[in-house]
Amino acid sequence: MQRTLTIAKREFRGYFNSPAAYIVICLFLLMMGFFFWNPFFLINRASVRNMYDLMAILLLPTAPALTMGLLAEEKRQGTIEILLTMPVRDAEVILGKYLAAFGLLAVLLGLTLAYPISVSTLGNLDWGPVWAGYLALLLEGGAMLALGVLASSWTDNQLIAFFTSGMICFIFWVVSRFLPFIPQQAASIVEWLSFDYHFQDIVRGVVDSRHIIYFLTVIGFSLALAFRSLESRRWS
Amino acid sequence: MNDVMIEAQNLVKRYDGFTAIDNVSMKVRRGEVLGFLGPNGAGKSTTMKILTCFASPTEGTAKVNGFDITTHSLEVRASLGYLPESTALYTDMLVLEYLQFAAEMRGLSGSDIKKRLKAVVDETGLGDVIAKNIRALSKGYKQRVGLAQALIHEPPILILDEPMSGLDPNQAVEIRDLIKDIGRERTVILSTHNLAEVQIACNRVLIISKGRIVADDTPEGLRDRAGKAHYSVTLQKPTVHQGDDSFAKQAEAALKSLPGVEAARLLEDEAGELTYEIVPRGNDDLRPVLFKAAVDKGYTLLGLKREGQNLEEVFRDLTTGPAATPTNTKAAA
Repeated sequence: MQRTLTIAKREFRGYFNSPAAYIVICLFLLMMGFFFWNPFFLINRASVRNMYDLMAILLLPTAPALTMGLLAEEKRQGTIEILLTMPVRDAEVILGKYLAAFGLLAVLLGLTLAYPISVSTLGNLDWGPVWAGYLALLLEGGAMLALGVLASSWTDNQLIAFFTSGMICFIFWVVSRFLPFIPQQAASIVEWLSFDYHFQDIVRGVVDSRHIIYFLTVIGFSLALAFRSLESRRWS
Repeated sequence: MNDVMIEAQNLVKRYDGFTAIDNVSMKVRRGEVLGFLGPNGAGKSTTMKILTCFASPTEGTAKVNGFDITTHSLEVRASLGYLPESTALYTDMLVLEYLQFAAEMRGLSGSDIKKRLKAVVDETGLGDVIAKNIRALSKGYKQRVGLAQALIHEPPILILDEPMSGLDPNQAVEIRDLIKDIGRERTVILSTHNLAEVQIACNRVLIISKGRIVADDTPEGLRDRAGKAHYSVTLQKPTVHQGDDSFAKQAEAALKSLPGVEAARLLEDEAGELTYEIVPRGNDDLRPVLFKAAVDKGYTLLGLKREGQNLEEVFRDLTTGPAATPTNTKAAA
């Protein structure tokens, strides 16, 4: 556990040792600002309801950007050899890296709290749904990061990791919009598998344990597969 | 107490269709500095990766510090320090940050970290660059950071993959001396294809070729293997005999008649110095005999040297000769 935190700390600091984290955060906030305020005064309501959908879309490229290097870069540089010959379990390595990415996601989402705070000065903002929305974002973002760690474990090329995880996350996100074209029997299963079905429910305030379990399962499953992938190096 | 620190038994590693190492067995004892020698692609790195638990063997097993590499991987890794061939370090960190990270990963805590950091920084001479970014370091300093990282937890075993490659001669000498120092208290395996390094730094040599161990000996033993050592003796020509060959002949005959001498012949007669080449009969060191003979006869001994066969030649013989080509493997060269 101590080593998991040591790895997480190193990776988290690593984000800020290069311009990458700043660029990602800046881009995210800039795009947020533009797309949020643009329709805000047209709607003329003190609500941040559409902010969550917007952020979920912005996370589609952001999450893969945060995770693409976590394992791929270690493999490309060869630093993974020293790391994995230290007395640390493969699972601790995966978990440490994931925690670092999750920490950065939390920082990113924390910065966007500026929006609900500024909106609350303009009118009467109900904070209950805001926290539900942020919970949904943390869960969906967390799932995307786990898929990102998995994609990063498959390759030693950051760009490939970025596009692979971007594509997988996009499919999970977009599939609920294609339900009318899917045969009836399969539709309910596909709907249940999609991010959006659970995401929208939580945003609406239905913080059902099933939705939370869904996201935790995606996270757990992805990280377990990443662990297997890391372990397989011993045999190849 | 068991003195065998590393014991490998019939290690085999196959990557689909390609046999990287084939039936490698070895024993390394406490306090040994073992040179792992072989041409590129012979299987040195593969063997080291298996011993450090980075890769698993296809067949065979190994024990490091008494722990099995497959069932007790964490304990094995805790007992060794490893410097991989690439010396790949996190280039986005400062030297100090990196060593702190390594120390924490090794399970050191608080005051221990400070103490050990100071010790390895002194040991590896990193004091001047401690606050520098690793990216900005020269290859020699990176190598030292790699070594410091491997030493931070005072492991009983060090595994160093080509620690001196890519360094300029001065840096290589420094690193070699450092390894020699380290090797006084620890078990060290280092791989290299530089024979001079092995002769100086190691007290045992393993030569691997095409995935197989073809020799396991001391550097001296290896040299004796292909041909006997011979000696060169330089005597001062007495002034009274100047211009006269009889002294040279007399001395030659005297040397020839010594016990254990097979043949002696005059090599050089220059500037009042006579150099003889002596071929011994057995493997005993003839230097004491030669020295005493010179004293008894009243010769002035200017030089006495034991010359072995060059290690390079032995290496070439072993890695390209028939012994190097195992018949049952089709490993590509």
